[in-house]
Amino acid sequence: MPGLEILSDFTVRNALIGASLLGVVSGVLGTFAVLREQSLIGDAVSHAALPGICLGFLIAGTREIWPLALGALAAGAAAALAVLALTRYSRLKPDASLGTVLSTFFAAGTVLLTYIQNRQLPGQAGLDSFLFGQAAAVLPEDLWFMGAVALVALGAVGLFWKEFKLVAFDPGFARSLGLPVALIEAALTAMIALAVVVGLQLVGVVLMVAMVIAPGTAARQWCRRLETTVLLAAGFGAASGILGTMLSLLGRGLATGPLIVLVATGLAVVSLLFAPGRGAAWKAAARRRARAAIEDRHILAGMWQLAQSHGDAAYAVEQGMLDAMYGAGARGALERLERQGLVEPVTHMSEEGLHWRLTPEGRKAAAAEPLSPSPTVRGE
Amino acid sequence: MVDRWDERAKGAVHEPSLALHIEDLTVSYDHRPVLWDIDLDIPPGVLAAVVGPNGAGKSTLVKAVLGMVKPAAGHVYVFGRPHLQQLRRIGYVPQRTTVDWDFPTTVLDVVMMGLYGQLGWIRRPGRAERRKAMDALEQVGMAAFCHRQISQLSGGQQQRVFLARALVQDAELYLLDEPMAGVDATTERHIIGLLKELRSRGKTLLVVHHDLQTLPEYFDWLVLLNVRIVAQGPLKQVYTLANLRQTYGSQIGLLHGMPAGTGGPGAESPGSAALETAAPRAGGRR
Repeated sequence: MPGLEILSDFTVRNALIGASLLGVVSGVLGTFAVLREQSLIGDAVSHAALPGICLGFLIAGTREIWPLALGALAAGAAAALAVLALTRYSRLKPDASLGTVLSTFFAAGTVLLTYIQNRQLPGQAGLDSFLFGQAAAVLPEDLWFMGAVALVALGAVGLFWKEFKLVAFDPGFARSLGLPVALIEAALTAMIALAVVVGLQLVGVVLMVAMVIAPGTAARQWCRRLETTVLLAAGFGAASGILGTMLSLLGRGLATGPLIVLVATGLAVVSLLFAPGRGAAWKAAARRRARAAIEDRHILAGMWQLAQSHGDAAYAVEQGMLDAMYGAGARGALERLERQGLVEPVTHMSEEGLHWRLTPEGRKAAAAEPLSPSPTVRGE
Repeated sequence: MVDRWDERAKGAVHEPSLALHIEDLTVSYDHRPVLWDIDLDIPPGVLAAVVGPNGAGKSTLVKAVLGMVKPAAGHVYVFGRPHLQQLRRIGYVPQRTTVDWDFPTTVLDVVMMGLYGQLGWIRRPGRAERRKAMDALEQVGMAAFCHRQISQLSGGQQQRVFLARALVQDAELYLLDEPMAGVDATTERHIIGLLKELRSRGKTLLVVHHDLQTLPEYFDWLVLLNVRIVAQGPLKQVYTLANLRQTYGSQIGLLHGMPAGTGGPGAESPGSAALETAAPRAGGRR
């Protein structure tokens, strides 16, 4: 396993810088896509980038990043428009439009790619690395390009923050204020294409949609405001980029792009499960706790009632009786109550089986318990 | 770049004494007309209800005034000028269900969105905007909730937040789309109290409403709509069984205890007990 000195390695440093740039950009722009329920547009846009890359190469005749990215951007925008147009003017539903456009563009891209590869054009080697990305191929000039795109995208988000926020939350109200909503929605979609372009080198067109969806989805779980959501999404994106790249350094033949995607989706899964208040597992645990608390209160109230009807505040109830009244959960509840110091097991009657009685604190709690019936018998 | 989102070329003044003046407005989705040849006048300072069966075009009428749907024909004037020049003077409360209440934002943030139009491009809301938003939240009784995440609100609270957002717009004409739909009785009383107060401050309000029973109690102006305008005017004159029957179709004639053929302009108003059953039944009709 390589040590930390590898971080100073030229290729590795490029990959790390590129991956964090990609993470920040896709995290920020992806959050808007997720909130606008437009995340799958990102899939169409990223797959559509492939024919754009190939056309860019054919026209420019080199593998430089600018023509390829320009081609990817144009093709991505065309795909997004095609999805919108199909949904609007045909009977296709949005999911079908997306699928159609995505596969058509990707098929065209694949045809172009194999065509280029078979023609043995100079400089075409490695064009297929745009499919799944290739971290080692990231050059300093690529980083300048990615940085420039990131600057433009983040600058636009910063500048038009309130416009983007309003359109994402309530486009109808935005229109009633006279805001050109269609234009802003187009800009938001175009910026997804920008995010895709930033990720081409590292993650590739096939998996790029995950980088658009995952950081925003994960961040959404933890935050109450758009400001913090977007910042956290940027952080999650950058962390995924860096962690994924480092993981790929652990061994030979570990693909960087897919690892970045796995880290990002892993963060999303953890967030979806465990985020306080929203996570599925968190909610299940909270429900369990609430159920247990109600069970405890019922048993406390029941024991109080029994104690009162026997005229003995310290009346010891047989475990079996509580089992009969409250089911198999009674034992667990009694143990919880014991830990709270509200009930105690009665040991001297062990020959008659386990008994329980309320402690003085337990009596106090039971008397204050709204579930308790009003006292029928006085006893102390 | 224009300074305001709603800045357009200035046009000629037309019917300046009316808060809202609509001429020959037709809106259609595909080939089906949703609004047909609407002529509508709303004088300033009234609290007007728009009622009609489902699919009558009530929401579309509101959206057309706001320029959110493109009419096939017709003109809309607000305070004497083409409506698209007057968006700053119109406040809007959309139907509560049109937005995702799980969106990561707070109550105060949503209310401040009502000020975005006045702020124009790029400028961010600051302390003054926050204060205005808090004032509005105060008025709707939601000040204590200002930092709440909006997903934690009940339906009635959501509606109050939307109302507060319209209040900060400080508009002269307010368009409200079903503000009383699905809210509790307390909130409904609160909302109508607020709307009446706005009217007393000289505002004009056009409210899409669904409950025929509460019309005379809440409103002073009535627009009956079923794709076409059936009747419009002061509530006392328009709120007749004949008009309602014409708006909602024959079902309203099935009302128990209502003699057939009552009504006509200025005739007795229909009893509210009888109307109680009318709205849901008529609602099923298109």
